[in-house]
Amino acid sequence: MELSGWGRYPRIKGQLHEPRDEAALAALLQADTPVIARGLGRSYGDSAVAAQTVSMRHFDRMIDFDPDSGQLVAEAGVSLAGIIDAFLPRGWFPSVTPGTKFVTLGGAIAADVHGKNHHSEGAFSAFTDWFDLMGADGRVIRCSRDANAELFANTFGGMGLTGIILRAAIRLRRIESGWIRQTMIPARNLDEALEAFDETMDATYCVAWIDCLGTGDNLGRSLVMTGEHARPDELPPERRARPFDTPRHRDIPFPFDLPGFVLNPYTVRAFNALYYRMGARKAGDGLVDWDSYFYPLDAVQHWNRLYGRRGFMQFQCALPLEGGDTGLRRLLEAIARSGAASFLAVLKRFGPQTGPVSFPMEGYTLALDFPMNRRSLALMPELDRITIEHGGRLYLAKDSRMSRETLRQTDPRWSEFTRMRHEAGLDRRFASAQSQRLGL
Amino acid sequence: MSAPVLILGARSDIARACAHRFAQAGHPLVLAARDAATLEADAVDLRLRHGVTVDCVDFDATDSAGHGAFVDALDPLPAVAICAIGAMGDQLESQRDPVAAAAVFRANFEGPALILGELAQRFEARGTGTLVGISSVAGERGRASNYVYGAAKAGFTAFLSGLRNRLARSPVQVTTVLPGFVATRMTEGMDLPARLLAQPDEVANAIFRAVEKRRDVIYVRPIWRLIMAVIRALPEFVFKRTRL
Ligand SMILES: Cc1cc2nc3c(=O)[nH]c(=O)nc-3n(C[C@H](O)[C@H](O)[C@H](O)COP(=O)(O)OP(=O)(O)OC[C@H]3O[C@@H](n4cnc5c(N)ncnc54)[C@H](O)[C@@H]3O)c2cc1C
Ligand SMILES: NC(=O)c1ccc[n+]([C@@H]2O[C@H](COP(=O)([O-])OP(=O)(O)OC[C@H]3O[C@@H](n4cnc5c(N)ncnc54)[C@H](OP(=O)(O)O)[C@@H]3O)[C@@H](O)[C@H]2O)c1
Repeated sequence: MELSGWGRYPRIKGQLHEPRDEAALAALLQADTPVIARGLGRSYGDSAVAAQTVSMRHFDRMIDFDPDSGQLVAEAGVSLAGIIDAFLPRGWFPSVTPGTKFVTLGGAIAADVHGKNHHSEGAFSAFTDWFDLMGADGRVIRCSRDANAELFANTFGGMGLTGIILRAAIRLRRIESGWIRQTMIPARNLDEALEAFDETMDATYCVAWIDCLGTGDNLGRSLVMTGEHARPDELPPERRARPFDTPRHRDIPFPFDLPGFVLNPYTVRAFNALYYRMGARKAGDGLVDWDSYFYPLDAVQHWNRLYGRRGFMQFQCALPLEGGDTGLRRLLEAIARSGAASFLAVLKRFGPQTGPVSFPMEGYTLALDFPMNRRSLALMPELDRITIEHGGRLYLAKDSRMSRETLRQTDPRWSEFTRMRHEAGLDRRFASAQSQRLGL
Repeated sequence: MSAPVLILGARSDIARACAHRFAQAGHPLVLAARDAATLEADAVDLRLRHGVTVDCVDFDATDSAGHGAFVDALDPLPAVAICAIGAMGDQLESQRDPVAAAAVFRANFEGPALILGELAQRFEARGTGTLVGISSVAGERGRASNYVYGAAKAGFTAFLSGLRNRLARSPVQVTTVLPGFVATRMTEGMDLPARLLAQPDEVANAIFRAVEKRRDVIYVRPIWRLIMAVIRALPEFVFKRTRL
């Protein structure tokens, strides 16, 4: 069968295994060809795709919860959506969440995902106490900060290349309502946006939506949005009695592939301008339910079909604080000049780097979607070059096309990781299309 | 407290989805299967996610002599009983080996019919209850590719129909579920049309709604009602030449 990531590019022919227990999983490691674990396939490119791919969907049970510490133990295939369903009504929420709730614990650990609170609280690893990892020999070992600490560290951001995560213990966050108190700050250009970031460093959540087609004085025109979990006394009186009741979102299915031409620079420009104006009008404070705040895109199932059968890609880089502003400006200029349509552009402030191969570094991260076509592909080397020149790196969970050379120049940490993998015999058992492309 | 639900054949993928659906609505569960100890991980998961009580009990549908004692031991007697027990068997083996064929008859017809019959007696005596039998569209017309399984399901469907007819004037409801293709352990590795393939969650939702609405017969996906109407309507001289 053909497998791909969320961006539907590249598509790789291979076998998808769906083992139901540890023994069946271990048996798959006996074969000659290496395997890669797959969660919900929300990584954009080929991280969870290989000739032999192992779906973790049957490993989907919760195992234990300690209401004193908020520690949840669950199998790797359990999704954040499932955790929210079960625990939000009891006053708990994932401590770190990406922009979609349809990710598994295994995927969240393997990519060491970040949320809108990286600057204030760190990545997924900061809230993971331990996990059980099946190694190359099929044996399972428990990894934590105290036991097998090196393997523990290398697995965050290790993209499934250190073994198969079976179960993990993560700490949830106590919340008092299902609502977020949001403050919207319109910024006319990049300088204003970065200033707003500086001024809101103590906000729990912070993210900016950039209209990356703005040019000249409008370059980096954005809406900066901060958020805090609301206390019941901050809710309107009629909501205080049931602070965890939020409107249930009806899933809107996206039933067919849009022909590629629907998304062109003109429609996207119009959309962006409209979004900005709507946002600017709403500037100020507001209450938003958790689902709309964290997961606006989840409301449309399979929205990745919007880009048609050829699929799309995401460019996401992290740039260091120092010189990051110039780097961002040059990236935005290059994107505006190219006229390649970018539908979504998100800018976040990152806190310090943790872990040997975890993506975030102290500075900024910019993420943009592009339809898969020649124009976009032609733009990528230019964006890569700007990233390299400003000491930045690219996010493997979003990558589908970077070259080995670009990886070497942006993120030399991987050579040590590759050596470790070889010494431990992990490279013969675990490999993805991405790891083969990048020589990891 | 919400009404307790008994799930027979609880390790089945459809049964597991049903367990989650009913637990989500707050129903306490009794999970029954062969080697019940292996259900404990599921039970823990259900308790954690939904905060309901979940008990696991041993049950073998082919041990008909033990059915009475099994039902006696249920305390309380459940309000809803769902039977997901079934086994496809291997058609070629069933053709060759009468022992294999008999096992398919027992797992799909004899066992499920007898245990639901036993529960029907108790529900009738109590004056309430819902019985849900998962049969199959395969029982609507015997096909060369799986007629041993199909015949057993046909028997089960007829049994449920008769039971419903008998209990029509009592408050006890009997619901027949006729799923089409469902992605489960039973169909793993089979090449089935993706557009017709339902997920276990979808079947569970349909069963939950059917219990709420006291429906008699559901097809899970309405399209199957149409497909089966066409297949049933084919004259035999045409049907016997088809390869479905
Ligand atoms: C709309 C959208 C928004 C997003 N927003 C963000 C964001 O804000 N921040 C962010 O950090 N990311 C974001 N992402 C990316 C996403 O969070 C990551 O790609 C995540 O890893 C996906 O999890 P998954 O379960 O789908 O894993 P998959 O995509 O299936 O796999 C991702 C990687 O994890 C590995 N993996 C999965 N399960 C296991 C396991 N059990 N054991 C070992 N390795 C495993 C795979 O091998 C692969 O390398 C977003 C993605 C989408 C589609
Ligand atoms: N999947 C489909 O496409 C489809 C379509 C139409 C109808 N159905 C019906 O749906 C029901 C559920 O099946 P499924 O698809 O979820 O497949 P499944 O996972 O294979 O479930 C079948 C279950 O029946 C149990 N079982 C078999 N013989 C038994 C016995 N003698 N005593 C107790 N339990 C027994 C099995 O228990 P063990 O785990 O102990 O083996 C298994 O858990 C079945 O009745 C099936 O015929 C399925």
